Amino acid sequence: MTWLADNWETVLTLTWRSLYLAGIPLVIGFVVSIPLGWAASRWSWSYPAILTTTGLLYTIPSLALFVIMPVLLGTKILDPVNVVVALTIYTVALLARTVADGLIAVPDDIAQAATAMGYKGVRRLFGVELPLAVPVIAAGLRVAAVSNVSIVSIASLIGVSQLGDLLIDGFNRVIWGELLTGIVACVLLALAFDAVIVLGTRVLTPWLRVQGARA
Amino acid sequence: MKRISSAVALIAASLLGLTACGSSGDPLASASSSPTGSASAGASGGPIVVGGANFSESTLLAEIYAGALKAKGIDATTKPNIGSREIYLRALQDNSVQVFPEYTGALAFNYDKAFTGTDPNEVYSHVQQVLPKDLTVLDKSAAEDNDSIVVTKETAAKYNLKTIEDLKAVAGDLTLTAPPEFKGRPQGIPGLEKTYGVKFKSFRPLTGQGIVQALKNGQADAANIFSTDPAIAANGFVQLEDSKKLFGSQNIVPLVRADRADQVKAALNAVSAKLTTEAIAGMLKQTDIDKKDPKAVAQEFLSTNGLS
Amino acid sequence: MINSIWAWFTDPANWVGEDGIPHRLLQHLEYTAMAVLLAAVIAIPLGLWVGHTGRARWLVSFANSVRAVPTLGLLFAVSLWLGPKIRGDLAFTIPSVLVLAVLAIPPLLAGTYAGIEAVPPAARDAARGVGMTSGQVLRQVEIPNGLPLLMSGMRSAVLQVVATATVAAIIGLGGLGRYLIDGIALGDYPQTAGGAILVAVLAVVLDGVFALTQRRVVSPGLTGRRVGGRGKDSRSVSVEAEKPLTDAAPAPVARG
Repeated sequence: MTWLADNWETVLTLTWRSLYLAGIPLVIGFVVSIPLGWAASRWSWSYPAILTTTGLLYTIPSLALFVIMPVLLGTKILDPVNVVVALTIYTVALLARTVADGLIAVPDDIAQAATAMGYKGVRRLFGVELPLAVPVIAAGLRVAAVSNVSIVSIASLIGVSQLGDLLIDGFNRVIWGELLTGIVACVLLALAFDAVIVLGTRVLTPWLRVQGARA
Repeated sequence: MKRISSAVALIAASLLGLTACGSSGDPLASASSSPTGSASAGASGGPIVVGGANFSESTLLAEIYAGALKAKGIDATTKPNIGSREIYLRALQDNSVQVFPEYTGALAFNYDKAFTGTDPNEVYSHVQQVLPKDLTVLDKSAAEDNDSIVVTKETAAKYNLKTIEDLKAVAGDLTLTAPPEFKGRPQGIPGLEKTYGVKFKSFRPLTGQGIVQALKNGQADAANIFSTDPAIAANGFVQLEDSKKLFGSQNIVPLVRADRADQVKAALNAVSAKLTTEAIAGMLKQTDIDKKDPKAVAQEFLSTNGLS
Repeated sequence: MINSIWAWFTDPANWVGEDGIPHRLLQHLEYTAMAVLLAAVIAIPLGLWVGHTGRARWLVSFANSVRAVPTLGLLFAVSLWLGPKIRGDLAFTIPSVLVLAVLAIPPLLAGTYAGIEAVPPAARDAARGVGMTSGQVLRQVEIPNGLPLLMSGMRSAVLQVVATATVAAIIGLGGLGRYLIDGIALGDYPQTAGGAILVAVLAVVLDGVFALTQRRVVSPGLTGRRVGGRGKDSRSVSVEAEKPLTDAAPAPVARG
């Protein structure tokens, strides 16, 4: 652990970089997946179409996507935006399905009651259906967060600097302290994302908390 | 509705807020620190990013170059770990990096697959001819780092190997390990076959430490390791003599963007004048065997040689 | 760009020998099979036990946090640690397959556990009511009812392994990842793109095979239980049956 003591500044810097390189796609991906998932849930003919497409995107290996991005986006070869866009694609691929299934699972009678109360269209989506779908969506968001933190470390292989650098340098110079610090830092970062999402879920679903207390 | 928007705002704000209070500047900018007011003499032309490839020597050289530039008042940072030549050449051309430590022979072969010269000066002048218009090389140093074919002491004893040519008879039973690029490079596997008639039974592409480990643990019989790599001495490996000079001359030389050459040449030529193969080998021993920080080792070299 | 990728696919030299597409595809399939089987041998019995007895639920949470470990880091660490201890070419396969298996355990365990957990209590009670023993309840009621989610977990795990096996090429594993890594190192982007396409196709084909298996193996009386309850039932049946790639509840796959 002397390695960590000597290098904690570097570790902090790299952790920040991993945080936003993995976190920004999470936020953007989440926002983009809401209309997509809603469309898939609303029009059943679109469900297979949308989800097969996103499912296919999910199978593209991360390294390939990182390398293809500059060609598709016209960005510079080392631009971190390549990584952000690639991770956003993976996040959307994962969450579109989760949002769709979460919305589908909202009981019919509740949706109808909401309409009867005057909630229509977008207002019903944001006021009633999405809040009820929060537990399912949150589960997907947690997996997307963890997945992003792991994939982002692969970007070190093409020169985009973040926690993955510790893994590569630790391996190349056989510095176990560095390699293990890199692994642990990634795990802690992923768990931190997870905790924030769980907290957010709890804030957003007070009715579940009440149920729990009563039981 | 209110609760959702406030929670979403909270999560988004905390994520983005954390990114904002991260370290220097715009996190999504590809160049590193922001060049606020570097106003000392010789600093005209803006910040310089020195790139490095994914092996220790390249990282070390990048730190040395950046340190020398900083000593002359130029705002310089490094961007290491750019694994593939294709990628870093593109980075030079799209101005993500402006300086890169390179090797004369490798550059010559990269731009002229038919080139077979081996004299250091011949190779250097050929490089100057074949480089694209937007790139140029500064003075070369005396320090060389060549590809080499390396075997363990036991293997050398078993097959009585001293030069690469000695491999010709036995290579058919042996496995070679090298970085993936070695397979396609003219002085790689094709060159071994053409120049020495050496054809290995199988090829295992690995990177960095993986190559040393494979040779050490017996998963490969021969390896392509750079001549200055301290792992050779540390593990008692035997470097086979390149009697026909397949791997040519590989003097270390700064590859820079033509439009920044004037800004950096004073500092980097001074470095090249002091760089020797022994110095590099000694520094690599400190970073790879003694596990010291490359930045610190580079700084020591610069101050010892009056470059800081 | 598209032309050069097509040229790579149609070049007959790329279809023969050790570096040829058939050989690499086969290797990739082998590694996937080994890793998923190893993971299944550990995760499925464990998931069945936790779901059936209701004990040690923390194991499932712990397994989910294993997903947080970065693939690249685990590959480097295990390869450095085990490399000196293994002779010959197995030194590249064993560390990779181990890591792939470890990372495939969370989705399999989660799917198995969720499947058993979601069995309607009424079915369990009825089984006990007709006098089935604990083991019989497990085999004749819980497992058949839990199959949809278990199969979901299996498909997630397979997708996970197929995708992650490409990264393992960096420590010497063969398979389709070689096209990616070697392509990038050589600047041969048609090779990289070709490799990526092959991986995607393999993933889709394997998922299709499992979807067909699921349709055969899962009892037609089951619609597949999901978090959130009823929803629009007729749609849910077709949705569960079609299920393109990633699964829905309880936890989708984390790729690496």
